[in-house]
Amino acid sequence: MSDQLSIVLFSGTDDRLQAAAVLTAGAAATGRPVHVFLQYWAVDAFRRDRIDLDHGASPEAGVAGRAAMAALRAAGQSSWKEVFQQAKDIGEVTIQGCSLTMDLFHIEHDDLDPIVDGIEGVASFMFAAGEGQIVFI
Amino acid sequence: MTAEQIALTVDAKGLSCPMPIVKTAQAIKQVESGALIEVLSTDAGSVRDFDAWSRSTGNPMVESSVDGTVYRFVIRKK
Repeated sequence: MSDQLSIVLFSGTDDRLQAAAVLTAGAAATGRPVHVFLQYWAVDAFRRDRIDLDHGASPEAGVAGRAAMAALRAAGQSSWKEVFQQAKDIGEVTIQGCSLTMDLFHIEHDDLDPIVDGIEGVASFMFAAGEGQIVFI
Repeated sequence: MTAEQIALTVDAKGLSCPMPIVKTAQAIKQVESGALIEVLSTDAGSVRDFDAWSRSTGNPMVESSVDGTVYRFVIRKK
């Protein structure tokens, strides 16, 4: 589908996960299907026993950035998990885990939070992406 | 001011992007085709966001106004 937004989500820090969630929710709100492919540190962040923990910030956030993020959380900003969940409620959103990443880090499907819909490989992801946009976060 | 009844009001005041349009997308599912929904927002990006949302989804914008710091959008579900 050419209006589908495909996101390769590689990062595992709260700032980048939030950015991915916002893009997903924004696209879903405008009726665009979104396909998220979790790789590496994002797969780890979506583990059911880790998804609600603090995943920190990217190096460029620095001390000031981390303080700003903490302030937003304290002010009631939705977590990235909540934003992804809302995106799924309003539109056609699928979140898939990368099978290679899961093999490398010995993660089973059951280890992941139920918000992850399934596991796929890169060929499946590329096929689904078709001629639509692919974004790497 | 439209004389027609507003079916649902989305109070998104104090919420930042993407919440105003996420909540509007949720709300529009709850009303019937042809019904009007009203959205109140304080987010600075709202005017452009709602204009874009209206055009992408095909739900026409009936009114777009601002009263102090509060933006008000009236949208008809197609």
